[in-house]
Amino acid sequence: MANIAVSAPTAAPSAPFQKVVTVVALAWLLPGAGHFLLKRPIRGAILSASVVVMFAFGLLMRGAMFEWLWSSTDMLTTLIYCGGYVANNAAGVPYYLATWMGYVQPDVAGHVHDYGTKFLAGAGLLNVLAMVDAYEIVTGEKD
Amino acid sequence: MNLSLSHFEAAVLFALLTSLVFGVVTKKTDKERISYGLQTFGYFLLALFGIAWAMKLGHG
Repeated sequence: MANIAVSAPTAAPSAPFQKVVTVVALAWLLPGAGHFLLKRPIRGAILSASVVVMFAFGLLMRGAMFEWLWSSTDMLTTLIYCGGYVANNAAGVPYYLATWMGYVQPDVAGHVHDYGTKFLAGAGLLNVLAMVDAYEIVTGEKD
Repeated sequence: MNLSLSHFEAAVLFALLTSLVFGVVTKKTDKERISYGLQTFGYFLLALFGIAWAMKLGHG
């Protein structure tokens, strides 16, 4: 009688929790570093350059950083300021370095400042995408 | 040092950097990444020109 081998569906290999946390934390603090740690240097370099260049242009255009502003009356203001604050923080070391070195820019009118503000927040959001990508690589969901 | 870019320059720069990241993180092979990145950049430019014309025509 012939043996029939039945293979169970294979789940994606799970990485140790500590490694996942290390990769994601590194990807957050140093844009692209998670990919370097996972031996994806080209993708890491592209992500790193994109985030850092966008952040640098935001600074050069004198964009404003968001504050954690909790308004009990205006929900939209709360959403914009708190969301912007999270997005700014998501850029990692570039953001902390800029604030530590005393970068302060009041929110003033003008399209250049406005674009700068969006570039600073956008850099953080791009880094969130890079963090998710690094997470998917380390958990084996993606190559 | 202050940088003064026009609306168009800033929007194109934003589109370029965002498309790069979208291409890298979204697809699985290099060919797909390049194709998706270029496609996204094209859509950004299309939206940029489309919205610019809509605003111009809307404001007269």
